[in-house]
Amino acid sequence: MTAPLHEPTAEAAPSAADEAAVATASAKAVQGRSLGRIAWERLKRDKLALTGGIVVLFLVLVALFAPVITSLLGQDPNEYHENLIDPLFGTPTGSLGGISGDHLLGVEPVNGRDILARILYGARISLLVGFLSAVVAVILGTVLGILAGFFGGWVDSLISRIMDGLLAFPQLLFIIALVSVMPNHMLGLTGSSVRVFLMIVVIGFFGWPYIGRVVRGQTLSLREREYVEAARSLGAGRLYILFKELLPNLVAPIVVYTTMMIPTNILTEAALSFLGVGVKPPTASWGQMLSSAIDYYESDPMFMVVPGVAIFITVLAFNLFGDGVRDALDPKASR
Amino acid sequence: MTTERTSGRRKQAFAAAAAVAALLTTAACGGGSDDDGGKGSSTGAAGFDAANNKVAQASLAKKGGTLKFGAAQDADSWDTTRGYYGMMWNFARYYSRQLVTNKTEPGAAGAEITPDLATATAKVTDDGKTYTYTLRDGVTWEDGKPITSQDVKYGIERVWAQDVLAGGPTYLKDVLDPKGAYKGPYKDTSKDKLGLKAIETPDAKTIVFKLPQANSDFEEMLALVSASPVRQDMDTKSKYGLKPFSSGPYKFESYAPGKDLTLVRNDKWAQASDPIRKAYPDKITIQFFSDANQLDQRLLNGDLDLDLNQTGMSPQGRTTALKEHKGNLDNPVSGYVRYAVFPQSVAPFDNIECRKAVIYGADHVSLQTARGGPVAGGDIGTNMLPPSVPGAEGQKYDPYEISGANKGGNEAKAKEALKACGQPNGFKTTIAVRNNKPVEVATAQSLQASLKKVGITAEIDQYDGSQTAGIIGSPSNVKKKGYGIIIMGWGPDFPSVQGFGLPLWSSKYIAESGNNNYALIKDKAIDGLFDSYVTTLDDAGKTKISTEINHKVMEGAYYLPFVFERFINWRSDNLANVYTTDGYSGQYDFVNLGLKNPKK
Repeated sequence: MTAPLHEPTAEAAPSAADEAAVATASAKAVQGRSLGRIAWERLKRDKLALTGGIVVLFLVLVALFAPVITSLLGQDPNEYHENLIDPLFGTPTGSLGGISGDHLLGVEPVNGRDILARILYGARISLLVGFLSAVVAVILGTVLGILAGFFGGWVDSLISRIMDGLLAFPQLLFIIALVSVMPNHMLGLTGSSVRVFLMIVVIGFFGWPYIGRVVRGQTLSLREREYVEAARSLGAGRLYILFKELLPNLVAPIVVYTTMMIPTNILTEAALSFLGVGVKPPTASWGQMLSSAIDYYESDPMFMVVPGVAIFITVLAFNLFGDGVRDALDPKASR
Repeated sequence: MTTERTSGRRKQAFAAAAAVAALLTTAACGGGSDDDGGKGSSTGAAGFDAANNKVAQASLAKKGGTLKFGAAQDADSWDTTRGYYGMMWNFARYYSRQLVTNKTEPGAAGAEITPDLATATAKVTDDGKTYTYTLRDGVTWEDGKPITSQDVKYGIERVWAQDVLAGGPTYLKDVLDPKGAYKGPYKDTSKDKLGLKAIETPDAKTIVFKLPQANSDFEEMLALVSASPVRQDMDTKSKYGLKPFSSGPYKFESYAPGKDLTLVRNDKWAQASDPIRKAYPDKITIQFFSDANQLDQRLLNGDLDLDLNQTGMSPQGRTTALKEHKGNLDNPVSGYVRYAVFPQSVAPFDNIECRKAVIYGADHVSLQTARGGPVAGGDIGTNMLPPSVPGAEGQKYDPYEISGANKGGNEAKAKEALKACGQPNGFKTTIAVRNNKPVEVATAQSLQASLKKVGITAEIDQYDGSQTAGIIGSPSNVKKKGYGIIIMGWGPDFPSVQGFGLPLWSSKYIAESGNNNYALIKDKAIDGLFDSYVTTLDDAGKTKISTEINHKVMEGAYYLPFVFERFINWRSDNLANVYTTDGYSGQYDFVNLGLKNPKK
């Protein structure tokens, strides 16, 4: 209700302050280096983080081009090769889970589907769910975190209690229950897409309090800083302060938490697929591959090793990269 | 000095003798194992398939010892009225006796009926409507009191108390009291609670069954454990399954559901009164496991003698067993047919040609591999009557050439059928499969993959496998969810076309919940054949009708059979007198198992 009253001043003041800010920023850029540039140079020196980053990039490319790669290899993730299966035991013939020139990582027991092709297609699900659920969490977490930190009072109490509640919520059980009651067709989606959509929304929804708390805390300390006081005393409106003064200074922790959240989400997706509430067959997913490998851990250990290693490498790469980004953006933070 | 010298020589001689002896022993060992190679393994196991439809090592069975069962699944109930699992019926013969029971013989003979509490099989009169039995002398309960015909009647009456004692087969109720006039012993107003009119007990030794309509399988129904006697003063109603009062050679010592169960000898049971039970071990234990792999491991280690569930080893243990302990395994046909069924309520499966398209389009070898291959899964199923049922023809009757020309799927014929069905470009449907059966999920995926090639896009819906009755057993839900293909399996309650097919194929058995006629078959010809089956009393006539029913069902293309199921079952080195029986769907006949070394 106060907003309309302040509006004229809020709009008039920014233009002056804005120009000043731009002027100082460009002056600084001429003399020194921007924050982003400093961070990038720090990151470049961190070999471990860089390796992680390269692996992440590689995984993203592989996931994007999975259909191209598999067709170049002459494989289809859902094609059965039962001629490669020992009918007595149901395990692949040949050593190491049926590794051969055609099937570089071997084939699945019982149906003989190409494991490499399924790993590549599985990467799409993992990364898609990992990224998009992180995006959902970041958007919700940032907006609500800033609001809580900036406005304080009952807004803060309300949002903080919601976050406490969500953090205490048994999310895995909730998702399992939710998936089993959800219809097969919703919002024009069918089959696996419904499950992917659900996973993104639900993992993202339960993930936002983690970012929300950090953003709230950061906002609380930032809003008392001199430059915010200055902007306020110059008559800057709330929206202006929120988006022009506070948000840019929150970018570093948000980026850090996002990179740290993606691998956690990938693991959650794997766990859900492992429990049978992830994507539907025949869509490939790493967690679901792991779960079917359990019955063959002795007779065909390769089937368990391959998706296990894929999950391990992905999560490790994201974590290394995330650590590097944090160090680069905020060198004072203790490890 | 002299002593020293002599002792030296003696030492040498002793050493030489020892060496020779050692050589001899090794030679003996070598020879021994060579001999064993032909008959079985060196461990004493009888050899692969040695107990499948024949008796293995009957002469090695000794009295005494503890027979150790392991199981991943507890019985639905140990109450004779309430149990429906095949393994429960098999095990219940340790602590319960019936008027008649299955013969304790291997293979097909094990499915024949032999007198148990009764002196002889039924005296059938009045055109198959009256069955009369006389009880044996010296048959007693675990407290020494004699088993009377009234106890038998009361035990059977308990089947009527479905509100308290649900779960078991209700054939006796359906046949003796089709109108449901009797309300069960707990609501019985007569003083002795024996108000059921269809059973008469003129004296303590005689029992007469009066059927409103003849049923040629009636004696098979009396051989089910749900026809066991129960003594009124010992009936703890819904708690009876925790400690049934024994009429057999063993009685309950302790039972913790899902943990363990121990039976000990019932010393009031007299061998002379029982023509079929040998009662070799002194004690019988069951240990329950939550993890099938753990159970298999204990079997392989030799800690346990056999699996109570008798549903085959899990893939992991099976592989190890086949590679290293083949002599301990049997590979019986289970009596189950595994199949996909097409509910006619879900379009386009109301059209026979679309059903045929799926049958032709499916890759039957792939489905067999998904079930576990020819050994662990079974032979490719070509029709709906399991080989253990009289009138079955096995793979010889193969109207869709499932194990012949169309083994790997026949794309051309499938497309032809699709065209005839008015869906030349294929259609979309949903496969419903239990989520707790990995093998069934694998078959669903195989079917999905091969149907895709003919243009049929199937989505797999994995539903909660413990909720079968309400999900696929509800025709309205099936229609709502659009389950065009349901993956299931079925085994005979007793080896006859009635005991197998009546709930699946008779229009009278279509129910709003717990339905088993998933295809919603309403065929007057099939219903008529069932009606004439129950009034046909000669075996040749019964067999002929069974074959006809099977043909009618297959001609309707309601089902896509996957396999005539086989299991890989484990028997320990220490088990003797082991054999599989058709009476319990290819399971080992528990009641007469013995141990070679009772001290082990």
